[in-house]
Amino acid sequence: MLSRIQFAANISFHILFPTINIALCWILVFFKWRYNRTQDDAWLRVYRFWVRIFALTFAIGVVSGITMSFQFGTNWPGYMEKVGNIAGPLLGYEVMTAFFLEASFLSIMLFGMDRVSNRVHTIATLLVAVGTSLSAFWILVLNSWMQTPAGFEMIDGVAHVTSWSEVVFNPSMPYRLAHMLLASALTAAFLIAGISAYRLIKGDQKSSVKYALNFAVLLAAILMPLQAFVGDLHGLNTFEHQPAKVAAMEGVWQTERGAPLLLFAVPDETERTNHFEVAIPNLASLILTHEIDGEIRGLDEFKGEHAPVAPVFYSFRLMIGIGLLMLALAWLASYQFVYKKRYPTWLLKTTVAMTFSGWIATLAGWYVTEIGRQPYLVSGVLTTEEAATGIAPENIALSLTLYLLVYGFLLIAYIKTLFVMADRAVKLEATNPKLADMQQADSPSEDLNEKLSTPVSAQ
Amino acid sequence: MEFVTESSTVNWLPMVFIALMGLSFLVYAILDGYDLGVGVLLPTDKAAANQAARDKMIYSIGPFWDANETWLVLAIGLMLIAFPKAHSIVLQALYLPTALMLFGLILRGVSFDFRTKAPSKDKHKWDLAFKAGSLIATLCQGYMLGRYVTAFDTSTAATLFALLSAICVTAGYCYVGSAWLVMKTEGELQKRSAKWAIWSNRFMALGIVAVCIANLSIDPVIADKWLGFPQVFILIPLVMLFGFMFVTVELYLRKVPMADDFGCWYPFVCAIIIFTLCFCGLAYSFYPYIVPNQLTIFEAASAPASLLVIFWGAVIVLPVIIGYTIFAYKVFWGKTSQLNY
Repeated sequence: MLSRIQFAANISFHILFPTINIALCWILVFFKWRYNRTQDDAWLRVYRFWVRIFALTFAIGVVSGITMSFQFGTNWPGYMEKVGNIAGPLLGYEVMTAFFLEASFLSIMLFGMDRVSNRVHTIATLLVAVGTSLSAFWILVLNSWMQTPAGFEMIDGVAHVTSWSEVVFNPSMPYRLAHMLLASALTAAFLIAGISAYRLIKGDQKSSVKYALNFAVLLAAILMPLQAFVGDLHGLNTFEHQPAKVAAMEGVWQTERGAPLLLFAVPDETERTNHFEVAIPNLASLILTHEIDGEIRGLDEFKGEHAPVAPVFYSFRLMIGIGLLMLALAWLASYQFVYKKRYPTWLLKTTVAMTFSGWIATLAGWYVTEIGRQPYLVSGVLTTEEAATGIAPENIALSLTLYLLVYGFLLIAYIKTLFVMADRAVKLEATNPKLADMQQADSPSEDLNEKLSTPVSAQ
Repeated sequence: MEFVTESSTVNWLPMVFIALMGLSFLVYAILDGYDLGVGVLLPTDKAAANQAARDKMIYSIGPFWDANETWLVLAIGLMLIAFPKAHSIVLQALYLPTALMLFGLILRGVSFDFRTKAPSKDKHKWDLAFKAGSLIATLCQGYMLGRYVTAFDTSTAATLFALLSAICVTAGYCYVGSAWLVMKTEGELQKRSAKWAIWSNRFMALGIVAVCIANLSIDPVIADKWLGFPQVFILIPLVMLFGFMFVTVELYLRKVPMADDFGCWYPFVCAIIIFTLCFCGLAYSFYPYIVPNQLTIFEAASAPASLLVIFWGAVIVLPVIIGYTIFAYKVFWGKTSQLNY
């Protein structure tokens, strides 16, 4: 149990950072490309501001990822013993094709601007983006395979591969990958929108900030409906391959035709029913089977074989709810941008409040899919129980406490630092726009910043 | 040795993978060794001169540490993939030091980035966190190595040996770190680095001798591997080579800075040779065991089909990785300058 909490804590913490970076890196490629095309310094300033946030996010993502590579062995020995022949190569390819590519070209992307030609620098940025995406690809292949295993046979209780193409292109992989990549793009878009809105409110009226905000808002407005569509396809796929998970998501206790869509309910595991249902008749059947009275298999068919219902049920609603809010905000802001050419203050404030909404939606979605698969770690092949370690609980408790403290601290430091960086950029732009480019310089900017901060506050 | 004969058709796969894994650990120890060492050596107090020295030292490793650390992920990853049983035995036996080492790596990895972004009054604190993280990670790695070579023996003697190993590995990393600084810096900082290098070189040499003696006296099989006839003839030139490098490095470092910075790379190259020889020595002592006295690489290996899949990937990908690693080092070649981004 402690192993499970520890891994859940670790993976929840880890997922936050790649979620931002997979898409943020492509967005940086876009900023750089715009600069190359237009030679407009504002694009370069946007690039330089966000590349630093990328670096910070990357650093935290890497260190929490290293922790995970160790935990496979320490906390889940049964996992590698049983499905190592499949998980191993996938993880190996992730390290070999993605990690080195990212880490090596990241340094050129960050520090190499005046050491290599502009073209090489752009290529380095592009390669880092390819690296992060490859990394996402391999890890989602593995995760999808654990959800919907294919292309293997069991010999003496150990999985052996029969077809690598079936392992890689397992039934849920395309949907999961698309859903996750879009989630990443939306998370990054809302982060950029939120921080840029914050800078605008603080009086930073430079074109670079507006470029970033406009771009992020439009990106979110286009991708949000696409995400809803892909999410629907993903749901259908889950309905086909993992009916027990869908039953938990929808709170369907008995198999029924014409199942209602529950807007709200309190699932009760002991009485195996829902309380306080607020429902739209027949809608769940319509969505999942595209028939008004299509059949949805209920949890009673998977007794003892299905996940705890409440966390899956609530997480799913949280994800959908946040998603709808994000959609509303993205469209409203795009409307303001396209037709009014300005953002009202209340809208900017709402955008700041929604800075991390992508994180919440992604985490909620992640819980739906991961808890929804329980009690299995690999659907139908390996239960979580079998994979867990025999390490003394007090040792795990000790390391768990250590990790939780570190993660809590880092999360706060990360969020605080983003706003500190935004504040610093605002101050520099306000006092001396020409120096704004210098904000990126490492320590001199700090001295500069301190010299400048006095007159600003005196104004 | 029976295990070599059974299923001889696929015997080369575990050998190839133990070689790849070993190579990754070695590259890790050298590369992350120097940046961990630089972290351990950071001066602590708040004086402006020391702040400047810290900045310079951290700039010198800035473009590299991330890729350096990836070698650890590759090494552990290869162990997980190719020898999953060994991975789980070793890491479960070393559970707490592993967790603590990861804590150290997390701490230094994030402080590296936070130090330039946090409010400037906090910079000094993040520098201290960077130093502390480097020291914790280094000590833990040394301790784990000590535990590993004593086959996870829990006696007091073995624990003392592991603690000794922790100090020796830290001295080794400090040596390669300060040798890196001698190569990458100039002026006052270079002179300081040379002093650090002299001292850590001495401690490392003492450590190597102590570890060798301890190891040879613990395990008669290993003692025979080195001291038996005719193997002892490999040992003699090795000892002479070590002695020669120790003396010449010390003499060189006393003269730093030389005119035109003559030979500034010499201590670092010696560090690479020393690390490589120590590593080969360990590998020679333990082969074919992957978990000392418990599990051979042949018993621990994964299914050949899966290993083959990775093998062909590695054949294609590793040269590419080495290629662009060299490119990255070339881009940041020469004396360290300020990092702008």
